[in-house]
Amino acid sequence: MLDAKSKSFTTADGRTIGPVVMEMRNITLRFGGVVAIKDISFDIREGEIRAIIGPNGAGKSSMLNVISGFYNPQEGEVIYRGAKRPPMRPYQVARQGIARTFQNIALFDGMSVLDNIMTGRLNHMKASIFDQAFWWGRAQREEVENRRKAEEVIDFLQIQNIRKTPVGRLPYGLKKRVELARALVAEPSILLLDEPMAGMNVEEKEDMSRFILDVNDEFGTTIVLIEHDMGVVMDLSDRVVVMDYGRKIGDGTPDEVRRNQEVIDAYLGVAHD
Amino acid sequence: MVATDTPTGVPQSVPALLARNVAAMGSKPAYREKEFGIWQSWSWAEAAQEIDAIALGLLALGVARGDHVAIIGRNRPALYWSMVAAQKVGAVPVPLYQDAVAEEMAYVLEHCFARFVICGDQEQVDKVLEVQERVPQIEHIIYQDARGLRKYDHTKLHSLASVQAEGRAAQERLGRELAARTAELDFDATCVMLYTSGTTGKPKGVVLSNRNIIMTAKASSEFDRLRADDEVLAYLPMAWVGDFIFSIGQAYWTGFCVNCPESAETLLIDLREIGPTYYFAPPRVFETLLTSVMIRMEDAGTLKRRLFQYFLNHAKVVGPKMLDGKPVGMLDRLTYQLGNLLIIGPLKNTLGMSRIRVGYTAGEAIGPEIFDFYRALGINLKQLYGQTEASVFITQQPDHEVRPDTVGVPSPGVEIRIAENGEVYYRSPGVFVEYYKNSEATASTKDAEGWVATGDAGFIEEGTGHLRIIDRAKDVGKMADGRLFAPKYVENKLKFFPNILEAVVFGNGRQMCTAFINIDLTAVGNWAERNNIAYGSYQELAGHPRVLDMIQSHVEEVNRSVSVDDMLSGCQVHRFLILHKELDADDGELTRTRKVRRRIIEEKFADLIEAMYGGKREQYTETEVTYEDGRKGRISATLQIRDAATVGGTQDRRVAAE
Repeated sequence: MLDAKSKSFTTADGRTIGPVVMEMRNITLRFGGVVAIKDISFDIREGEIRAIIGPNGAGKSSMLNVISGFYNPQEGEVIYRGAKRPPMRPYQVARQGIARTFQNIALFDGMSVLDNIMTGRLNHMKASIFDQAFWWGRAQREEVENRRKAEEVIDFLQIQNIRKTPVGRLPYGLKKRVELARALVAEPSILLLDEPMAGMNVEEKEDMSRFILDVNDEFGTTIVLIEHDMGVVMDLSDRVVVMDYGRKIGDGTPDEVRRNQEVIDAYLGVAHD
Repeated sequence: MVATDTPTGVPQSVPALLARNVAAMGSKPAYREKEFGIWQSWSWAEAAQEIDAIALGLLALGVARGDHVAIIGRNRPALYWSMVAAQKVGAVPVPLYQDAVAEEMAYVLEHCFARFVICGDQEQVDKVLEVQERVPQIEHIIYQDARGLRKYDHTKLHSLASVQAEGRAAQERLGRELAARTAELDFDATCVMLYTSGTTGKPKGVVLSNRNIIMTAKASSEFDRLRADDEVLAYLPMAWVGDFIFSIGQAYWTGFCVNCPESAETLLIDLREIGPTYYFAPPRVFETLLTSVMIRMEDAGTLKRRLFQYFLNHAKVVGPKMLDGKPVGMLDRLTYQLGNLLIIGPLKNTLGMSRIRVGYTAGEAIGPEIFDFYRALGINLKQLYGQTEASVFITQQPDHEVRPDTVGVPSPGVEIRIAENGEVYYRSPGVFVEYYKNSEATASTKDAEGWVATGDAGFIEEGTGHLRIIDRAKDVGKMADGRLFAPKYVENKLKFFPNILEAVVFGNGRQMCTAFINIDLTAVGNWAERNNIAYGSYQELAGHPRVLDMIQSHVEEVNRSVSVDDMLSGCQVHRFLILHKELDADDGELTRTRKVRRRIIEEKFADLIEAMYGGKREQYTETEVTYEDGRKGRISATLQIRDAATVGGTQDRRVAAE
C-alpha cells in the first residue's frame, strides 16, 4: 500500500499520510576510513511520523545530520520535493522548511525562554540592519509578527509560566520542550527530533509524546525522530527505519519491524557458533 | 421575616445589571484575560456583545426556558459570558468543578438533566463524552479551546466561536425572542445552581435566585465600599459560590474588572502584573506564600536577612495597630515607613499585594501568626464566614475590627441566632431557594421562617458582637460537669504549632480533656537533626523524651490560651500522649480530605483512651496498619502518657450558661 509514491492514504486511526516529500537514495557517508552510513535508501512521506532506530553507533544521528544538511554524503542523493538537493549549508536547508532539535540540548542558557524561541524566527526576519537598529518600519512589524508566532507556540506547548525564565535555570525536561518550541516557531514542514526523550522520566516522556502527536496533528508537520525508548517509538511512529553498523536492516510499520528477524538479532544479539 | 418585596431601582437580574453597566460605563474594562503573553481586555459594551452572540447561538441550538446549562472549565471570560448568556435565554447556568472526575460529573449532569454542556477544553469534553452513556439527554457540547478536538465527531460538538457566529447570523430571526426571554427574568427567577462539594453523601444542587445574588452582592459591596475601579483576579473554581459572588455578583453590581490568569501555573506572575485591589484566598494559599517567602529569606545574604527580620518584627507590632486605626507613636510610624520603603513595600510588590484594599480569607481556621504576618505588611486581610446556602456571606469582619479568632459581625441584612445546643442559625436575603429535586434536605436545613442551620457551633462574643465558630455542631458536647466541650477549637490551636500535624481531643461526658498528638515528621525531624537526636522511624522519634517535653510545652501553652476564654476553659488538655503511628486515610482514621474521624479513632484506640483516664503513666498497645500497597500489618508500642499543667481551679471556671 505504500508503493505509490505520489498517492496519499489514510491510516487506521484516521490520519492522512501524504505523498513522498523526501527521499534518500543510496546514501553513503564516510569519515576518513570509517563508514558511518552505507548505501541507505528510504523515503519520508508528508505528514507522517518517521522513526529511525538502532543500537548505539548505528549511524542514526549521522543520518539526521545528512537530512539537515550538516553532513554532505560522499555518495547518493537527497531528493526533496521532487528535485535533487545540491550540497547545502545547514542554514540553506533550514530555509527550505526543515528544523531540528539536538540530542544534547543546544539552547542559550543565559537568555530567557522567550528570547530563545525568538531565535527560531531568524529565517523569517528580512528587515535591514538599519531598520533593526532603529526598530523602524519593517523591523517593528516583523517583531510583532514573530512575537505573536512565538506566543502561539508557547501556548501550544504550555510553557507560559516560564516565558521570562532564563533557560539555564530550567530542569532538563522543560529545556527539551523549549528546544522543541524553538524548532516549531520556524514553522517547519519537516521537523527532525534527535532523541527527544533522552534522560526523561516517565511523566516527562508522556508529555513529550503528547506534544509530538499534537504537533503532527495540529500543524500537519512531518516528523523524523531518533529515539532509544522502544515503547515510545512503536507507539508514536507510522513507519520505522532500523539501522545497524551504518546499514539499513529494516523498514516498515512498527509491527513489521517488530517481527523482522534481523532487527531482533541486532537488538538482542545473536549467538555465534 | 424574609423580604419578599422587590426593592425599587434595583435591576432584577444579572442580565439587567449588565445592561445597566453598558449604559453607565460601556467603555470601562469589564474583563481581562492574559493570552499570548498580552492582557486582552473587553469593555462592558464589548462583553455584552459577546454575551448576546452566545445567547443567540444557544437559542439557535434550541435551549429552552428552565434548561440547565452545565459549564465546566477554568476561569475564562468566555465561560463567565456563557453563564450570563444562559441566563439571558431563560436557562440556568450550572458551573461544575473542572477537576471533578468523570464519575462525579456524570452524577451532577444526570441530576440536573443538562441538555447543553459548555466546556473549556478537550480535557472536559473527553470527560463528558466518557459518561455519555449515563447522560443520554445531552444534546450539544460546546467547547472554547479547539486544540486536539479537530478530528472529533462534530455532530453534537460545536466550537463556541461557531456558536457565536451562528448567533450573530441569526440576530434578525431570534433577536426579538432573546429580548423577550431576558425581559421575563424577575427577582425570584433562578440565577444559578451550584452543587455543594458534599463531604457527606451525594452533592446537592443549591438553587440561588436573582434576589439572593443581587441583594448579597449589593450588601457586601457596600460593606467593603467596593468601587468600579477595583480589580480582582478570578482564579478560584467557577463552581464555587464565592467565585460566582465575586466575579459575577459583585463585579456586575459595582462594575469592577474581572481578570483571568493565563493558566494555573502562571497565577503568581499574573497576580503580580494585575495587582488586585480586592482579593480572596483560602488560608492554604497564604500559608504557602508565607513559607516560600521565609525559605527565600533563609537563602538571602546576612544584611538582607537582618534587615528583613528587624523590620518585620517591628511591623508585626506596629502594622496591625495602624491598620486598626489605633494610636501609634511618632518614632514607630517613622520606623514603619522606613521599613516599608526598604523591605515591606518591595515584598508586597513581589507578592502582587501592593494594591490590596480588601483581602479576605475563609474556609478553615487560619493560623494567627500567618494572619498577623499579612496584617503586619499592612494588607487589610479579613475573615468571613459563609456558605453556599447563604450566597456566601453570613458574617464578615469590618475594617478596624479584625482579629484572627473571630469571623466578624453579621453581614448587612443577615440575622443570626444561636440555638440551645450552640448551633448557629442565620436568615438573610441571600438564603437559598431550595436544594434541587431534594425537598427533604431543603426542609431539614431551612425552616418555615427561613432560618438555616449552618451545622457549626459558635457563640456571639459579648461586648464586640463578633461571631466565633468553635466546631462542627455535631462534635460539640458537654463535659461531665456541664461545661462546653469543643474539640476542634483546641485541636486547631494545637495544630497551629508546626511540630504538631494532627491532634484529637477527647472529653465528651468526662471530667477532663485528654489528647492524642501526631507530630509533624518534617518539622520535628528537622529539629531533631539540628539537636543531634538520632532516630530511625516515626515511632522512635514520637517516643523520644525530648520530643515529649517539647509537645508538652506546646500543650501547656494552648492550655494557657484556652483558659483565657470563659466558655471554653474546660477544654484544657490535662493529659496527652503522642501516637505511635500517623493517622491515615488508608486506615480509615481520616477522611480523604484529611479530616479526623472521631468515632473510628475512639473505637480503635479505646485502650489508650482508658489508660489516659485511668491515670496510668504508660500503656502497651498493638495497632493494625494498612500499607500503601494494601497489605496489612501490626505495630506495637509502649506509649508514655504525660500530664500537662492547666490554668485555673475548678471553682473559678464558670459553667457555660445555657
